[in-house]
Amino acid sequence: MSINALMRLSRKLYASDIPQKPTRHGFGEGLVLAGQADPQIVALCADLTESTRVLDFKTVFPERFIQIGVSEQSLAAIAAGLALAGKVPFIASYACFSPGRNWEQIRTTIALPNVNVKIMGAHAGVSVGPDGATHQMTEDLALMRVLPNMTVLAPCDAIETRKAILAAAKHDGPVYVRFARSESPVFTTDATPFKIGAAQVFRKGVDVAIIACGILVHEALLAAKALEKLGIDARVINCPSIKPLDEATILKAAKDCGAVVTVEEAQAAGGLGSAICELLSSEFPVPVERLGLQDTFGQSGTPRELLEHYHLTTPWIVKAVQKVIKRKHSK
Amino acid sequence: MPPIRREVPSLTEAQLLKLEERANFIREDILTMLTEAGSGHSAGPLGLADIFTALYFHILHHDPKRPNWDLRDRLFLSNGHVVPVRYVTMAHAGYFPKAELATLRQFGSRLQGHPEPRLMPGLENTSGPLGDGSSQACGTAYAGKMDGAAWHVFCVMSDGELECGITWEAALFAARNQLHNLTWIIDRNNIQIDGYTEDIMPLEPLHDKFAAFGWNVIEVDGHNIRDFVDACDRAKATWEAPTVIIAHTIPGKGVSFMEANPAWHGKTPKDKTELNAALRELRTLGGKIASELD
Repeated sequence: MSINALMRLSRKLYASDIPQKPTRHGFGEGLVLAGQADPQIVALCADLTESTRVLDFKTVFPERFIQIGVSEQSLAAIAAGLALAGKVPFIASYACFSPGRNWEQIRTTIALPNVNVKIMGAHAGVSVGPDGATHQMTEDLALMRVLPNMTVLAPCDAIETRKAILAAAKHDGPVYVRFARSESPVFTTDATPFKIGAAQVFRKGVDVAIIACGILVHEALLAAKALEKLGIDARVINCPSIKPLDEATILKAAKDCGAVVTVEEAQAAGGLGSAICELLSSEFPVPVERLGLQDTFGQSGTPRELLEHYHLTTPWIVKAVQKVIKRKHSK
Repeated sequence: MPPIRREVPSLTEAQLLKLEERANFIREDILTMLTEAGSGHSAGPLGLADIFTALYFHILHHDPKRPNWDLRDRLFLSNGHVVPVRYVTMAHAGYFPKAELATLRQFGSRLQGHPEPRLMPGLENTSGPLGDGSSQACGTAYAGKMDGAAWHVFCVMSDGELECGITWEAALFAARNQLHNLTWIIDRNNIQIDGYTEDIMPLEPLHDKFAAFGWNVIEVDGHNIRDFVDACDRAKATWEAPTVIIAHTIPGKGVSFMEANPAWHGKTPKDKTELNAALRELRTLGGKIASELD
């Protein structure tokens, strides 16, 4: 076992009865805590108060909740106006609508003037499930990562999402945080470190580095366990901060391991994997395999069926590792 | 509904004359700076010169020496392409030296092609992509209302950008939240890049549309400074709804060959000769009096 003890991961990490909770619940809890700490925080929602979990904030701070209706473009620009007057607005909707529908307003009124608006994208990835492709946002990381001034976070479980929200609230400037709809393992703890711009080595290893974000970090840890039996010692890096990227941790992993697999519940083009390839290609090129949606949209199904179908689960990570190690040795 | 005539006018005749004279100088500076820049929009800024003059020299509570003064009235600009009229008016008001006007649209200038408040304090908002200012202004007005602030939020916008969906999202929001501290000023000049608004995507009956959305609607001649000042006073005195002032203006106002011609929406005088022809019209009241250019 090479789990990094400093990361204080849950003791139930590999237990079959590991607690499950949607990451969006971490958002709801984090927003209430942030609201208690900072009276300038206001929350805006576009008619999805319950499912995005803004409801928690609305219940505690009804006078600081602003209902926008199904108007995502003005959701972003109204928040910009609130921020210009000193408020710290959190805007929430499904990621396919915000930033999906209102990207231009985010660009013009939030990113360009660098105002203090926090954009919360719920229902990201194919694990949204039965709603199908329209509601499964897989392009958000690419959309947000290209915006100057924007910070982009994809936390791995409900606890880390709560920390990400608190960090976003304290950060001066625009932040995008994506989270998922369905339940996923809660495998970090309150003691697990989190910082914007930092990646964490959850499992030590030297043969390959698996770098993942969001709910698939747990799949990556399961894959590392399966790889042990095959004699492969995989490093698993949790990379919730897509931008800014923890370049030191990633470059060290590339140098130590000589091969990288990236895993994200988003388009393989433009997201975490692309960010890592951009870094490695200029600083330390090594073979990389990128798991994510391969230029295709999602569809209806259960979260599990869809993650399997799009090759984002443990067996597929194992296969990608075997492939990338072969490439490493064939050099 | 015509503007209410007061027993005591909000402006004395002397004040009014000074404002009208100032507006004409602002028009001259707009054309000179645009010709220097070699690109930009002529018609909209000329049409808005009276309104911006009235705002900066009579209506707004502001302090050019403290552009971020907490208690200032906020003037948002949604149709960012008309920002030359704002730059010139701000320079006249003392926000920055008039000499800087010559840097419009040049590399390193604070006077960007579309407004950037980070570079030039006092501009309030980034705009250019149409429609966004409507909602930015709503957000700031909402914050002002939450905090019980005394300042007022104005937002100048074009008629063409009423074709943007976000404008009507904002119109719903402002009415629902009774943003009485918000006034939109629509530059109803009837033109947009591709032609006349009523040919491209008819907006009329505009007054009725806003009334149906729950707004207090005032229509004025956008070149009648007294009526415009009265309209703003009435907007500030309205407590149950946001106000929209539909200001009927003539694009290219003051220069006969530019007036009401969509071709002048997005271009500048091409050279000194064309500029002088325009300046002559402004300085001779359309040829009625002599000027040094004759």
